[in-house]
Amino acid sequence: MSLHFYLTIGAILFVLGLLTMLTKKNAVAVLMGVELVLNSANINFVAFSRFSGAGGLAGESARIGFESGRVEGQVMGIFVIILAAAEAAVAMAIVLNLYRQHKAIDIDAVSQLRG
Amino acid sequence: MPPLISVCFVILLLPLLGFAIQIFVGRRLPDHGWYVPTGAILAGLALSLWIFFGHMLPADDPGWSISFKWEFIRIGDFSIPLGIVLDNITAVMLIVVTVVSGLVHVFSTGYMKDDPRKSRYFGYLGLFSFSMLWLVLSDNLLGIFVGWELVGLSSYLLIGFWFEKQSASDAGKKAFIVNRVGDLGFLLALMIVMWLFQTFDLAELRAVMADFGLHGVPGHMEFWLTLTGIGLFCGAVGKSAQFPLHVWLPDAMEGPTPVSALIHAATMVAAGVYLMIRIFFLLTFDASLVLAYVGGFTAFMSATIAVAQWDIKRVLAYSTVSQLGYMIMAVGVGAYSAGLLHLMTHAFFKACLFLGSGSVIHAIHHVYHEVHDHGRDAQDMRNMGGLRRHMPVTYWTFLLATLALAGVPLTSGFLSKDAILAGSLAFGMLHPGHWLLAVFGFGAAALTAFYMFRLIFLTFHGEYQGKPGEERHLRENKLNLTGPLIILSGLSVFFFYSPNPTDAAAGWFYRLVPQPEQPVLSVGYPSGAGHAGQSELDDPGAGEFASAGLVKRAFATSVTGDGGADSHAEETHGGAAAHGGEVSAGHDAHQDHVHHTAHVRAMILSVLIVLLSIGAAWLTYLRRKISAERVAAALPRLHRFLKGKWFFDELYHATAVRLTMGLAAVCAWIDRVIIDGIVDGTAWVVERKSFLVGIFDDGVIDGGVNGLGWLSRTLGKGFRRIQTGDVQGYLVGALVGVIVIMLIQVL
Repeated sequence: MSLHFYLTIGAILFVLGLLTMLTKKNAVAVLMGVELVLNSANINFVAFSRFSGAGGLAGESARIGFESGRVEGQVMGIFVIILAAAEAAVAMAIVLNLYRQHKAIDIDAVSQLRG
Repeated sequence: MPPLISVCFVILLLPLLGFAIQIFVGRRLPDHGWYVPTGAILAGLALSLWIFFGHMLPADDPGWSISFKWEFIRIGDFSIPLGIVLDNITAVMLIVVTVVSGLVHVFSTGYMKDDPRKSRYFGYLGLFSFSMLWLVLSDNLLGIFVGWELVGLSSYLLIGFWFEKQSASDAGKKAFIVNRVGDLGFLLALMIVMWLFQTFDLAELRAVMADFGLHGVPGHMEFWLTLTGIGLFCGAVGKSAQFPLHVWLPDAMEGPTPVSALIHAATMVAAGVYLMIRIFFLLTFDASLVLAYVGGFTAFMSATIAVAQWDIKRVLAYSTVSQLGYMIMAVGVGAYSAGLLHLMTHAFFKACLFLGSGSVIHAIHHVYHEVHDHGRDAQDMRNMGGLRRHMPVTYWTFLLATLALAGVPLTSGFLSKDAILAGSLAFGMLHPGHWLLAVFGFGAAALTAFYMFRLIFLTFHGEYQGKPGEERHLRENKLNLTGPLIILSGLSVFFFYSPNPTDAAAGWFYRLVPQPEQPVLSVGYPSGAGHAGQSELDDPGAGEFASAGLVKRAFATSVTGDGGADSHAEETHGGAAAHGGEVSAGHDAHQDHVHHTAHVRAMILSVLIVLLSIGAAWLTYLRRKISAERVAAALPRLHRFLKGKWFFDELYHATAVRLTMGLAAVCAWIDRVIIDGIVDGTAWVVERKSFLVGIFDDGVIDGGVNGLGWLSRTLGKGFRRIQTGDVQGYLVGALVGVIVIMLIQVL
């Protein structure tokens, strides 16, 4: 399977996430969209990591123990997962407080920051 | 500091302390704190008596003197010290000031009992006592000048004490302003003294003058010395109310009567005489002549005015002017000790007379108060009469003091006045051109006896002149009013001053206060009545002859054209040039002889004149054999002239006051039109300029600032539209932005 396949999956996932964020009125659903976007980015990271080594920088990567590709993409993927977990925790806390304040989690109802 | 000087400091500062306490907390003390200054001055009196009886009399030394100095002003290596001196004159003056002041304080406790500003009154009395004591204790002219101005200030404050009365506040201003005229002369004299001698210290000045006695006064200095003497005398003319500045003293009677007794009869007005006595050794013959004539004329003139006055205090005021004239004349004719003795005796009996009049006024006021009549004048003698029966203590003390003032034998006034008359007579005999002085002296003596007995008869004898039935309200005052009268009248008896009732020279006073050397005049000048040239006895040497030539010059300039004086001067000159001691001895003997003759003649003449005057007053005012009204009607012009006080007030009003007012009007016009015009014009220019600056400020500066404000507000208004608070909206924005950037990248 070639790199294009993964990139296409990532792009589809990204667009789905973006659309979810733009269209859903439920704050939890918006958060789900955010997760989709993050994971599409992760797929891209890992895919590029897997495929960047074969043609390009073979010698060096091979020497330090990996079969092929660059390790930075994968590390970045793990970072993003951690970040997503933290983000989800904070965001859920915000949503809970939002619900306590407004008895609703409709993000259209929350516009106190309007200038 | 010598211990006696410390005592002097205590005497000096006690009344000042009393003043400070009275001014700051007097109103809050029980009964307005009258006892604070009274206690202070009585303590001062006790200490003065202690100095007098414990130190001055036992020392029995004419040269007794203790002094203490401290630095007052330092300019580079030139310094002016202030100092205190205690000598016989100071000790005598301390007694005079503290006795009179203490008794006046006591009298005031009764007289001012119900005054709402009693605390301030006693405070002012304390200030006056301090100033007067400072004046007599100072050992230099500058210190005396300071005290001089301070007594002037306290006098002003006390004359205008009842300032609700327009006449009282006017009188205060008059006294102050008239005194300023005299003080100008004092200041000029101080400048000349500083220029000539580079010192104000009296002891140093005296030493310099004594040196001149040995070598002769440099010719150019004689003129300046005369000017100095006259300048200092100008100060005395103001303070001692001599012609032509005497006009303030009668008006000063607007003050409370005890104040009149203290300041305007006994002490402050005598300061001028005191100054003349202190600077006696500086006086040249010409200056002395000015003193003698001004004093003599004042004595005579004010005595004539006193005859035609009805206000009891005004009679006494003119009498004071007259007696001060006597003292000045005494100093002028060289009867130095007699002048000071008269100052002392006069202080006591005149204070007694003023306090006695205060007692009378107090009683009459009481009567008018009882019958609810406030329209009548309680000081007019025409409303009195017959008070002798109701106020025996006041009457007898008043009578004793009057006898002393008239110069009846066995009184203190006889001793001192006789000495002065003898001095003026001797002066006339030694310098035949100057007989007028003796005429002034004896004329004033006659008038004094007349007007004083006129006062006594009108006030105390005859029938009460008020409304019938009022008499029963008349009563003698309490002891705090009569006590001072008794003490002061007691001091009018001769034996306090001399064991011999006919000759003051036999007493302690003449022994302890001898005439100082007067280098410019030490020859050919009568040096005191009845005791010629005591001071010259110990210095018969060359000094006198060196100065004799100078005296000759003084004579020649002052009495040219007078045969008798010329021949006398010739004699002096000849003696100085040729023979020396022999002639001088003869000369002294001649003087002694003249003085003895003058003394006997003056005594007989004055007793005769006084008795005649008293008789005339008795016939006129008690027996009514001579009608005063008819005499007045026969001489209407003279009567009007005397009643109008020689029209001095009118004269000054027409000249000095009008001139000053005119000048003031011109100055006011200059101020209003020119100065104000310049100021207003400047203001106009500034205002115009400010207007232009204002336009620039409003338009450009404010416009810029407001414009910036408007800009940011408008931008803010626009940008806040974007802040919808809609998170998805922001997301769309971000997406669009990314797409746009990507499109730009691709294209």
